[in-house]
Amino acid sequence: MSAIYNKLGKKMTAIVNIFLKQGVLDPQGKAIHHALDAMNFEGVEDVRMGKQIVLKLSTNNKEEAQKEVEKMAEEILANTVIEDYTIELI
Amino acid sequence: MKHVAILQFPGTNCDLDTKYAFEKLGCTTTVVWHKENELPSNADLVVVPGGFSYGDYLRSGAIAKFSPIMSAVEEFAKKGGKVLGICNGFQILTEAGLLPGALKRNIGLHFISKFQTLKVVNNSNAFLQKCDKDEVLNIPIAHADGNYYIDEEAFKELEDNEQILVRYSNEKGEPVVVNGSVTSIAGVCNKEKNVFGLMPHPERALESILGSEDGVKMLEGLIA
Repeated sequence: MSAIYNKLGKKMTAIVNIFLKQGVLDPQGKAIHHALDAMNFEGVEDVRMGKQIVLKLSTNNKEEAQKEVEKMAEEILANTVIEDYTIELI
Repeated sequence: MKHVAILQFPGTNCDLDTKYAFEKLGCTTTVVWHKENELPSNADLVVVPGGFSYGDYLRSGAIAKFSPIMSAVEEFAKKGGKVLGICNGFQILTEAGLLPGALKRNIGLHFISKFQTLKVVNNSNAFLQKCDKDEVLNIPIAHADGNYYIDEEAFKELEDNEQILVRYSNEKGEPVVVNGSVTSIAGVCNKEKNVFGLMPHPERALESILGSEDGVKMLEGLIA
């Protein structure tokens, strides 16, 4: 639905997902995994917990938005010492 | 007489303990609000105290690093000025890139508040110069995000440059797992050895009536 709106010149939304890097132990993910095990949910091999930040942007220019949100992610939204991020623009 | 500038962010709660501590050790102090652009010109030491700056929103210390005063702190550190970050202050200094590594949620997810023994790993720096190498100190800890992380390559550099200050240990000085920190690290300094950060609270350990006075020789090193 949002993709259609964007074609009509509507503003963009950026969804930034932030997770601890692979190899960095995720204590919260591990605790959730333990809880799932304790509740007898089977077949879960690994749990990673992250956060999602949704930004409503004032632009509808995808390139500009991508560049700007990447800068935000690098400078504040994620701590790149321990975290990776992905950006989705809709 | 040394002058100590103590930063205060919204949510800082160890500013007055820190002020009390350094005044007890014979210093004069100024508590500096984070909106200030400048540090007192006579500051010999800047302390970023503990607390929950900005409610720990986003990540502990992540938002405080953009406060106006932090540019002045960076400038002060670049010129060789001594900076100490305690607990949330340590988190702020790592977020600001003044110290290596990062602090994650404790391995057991609990907020841990108790006395903890620490082993002095290196004393070839201003902060721990009054402590003996391998000495075991008894200092309170109180944190939820104290799980120190650093990648392998940077860890090697830390070790080679003697930047590891203290490790969580038992009374014999053997490392113990408290919060999941890489090799039980509780505090580190920068390569130049003028910026220091640790999770334990030396400012809460100045009087035997409060359980320990081991914090005295830690803080005294910085104002020697």
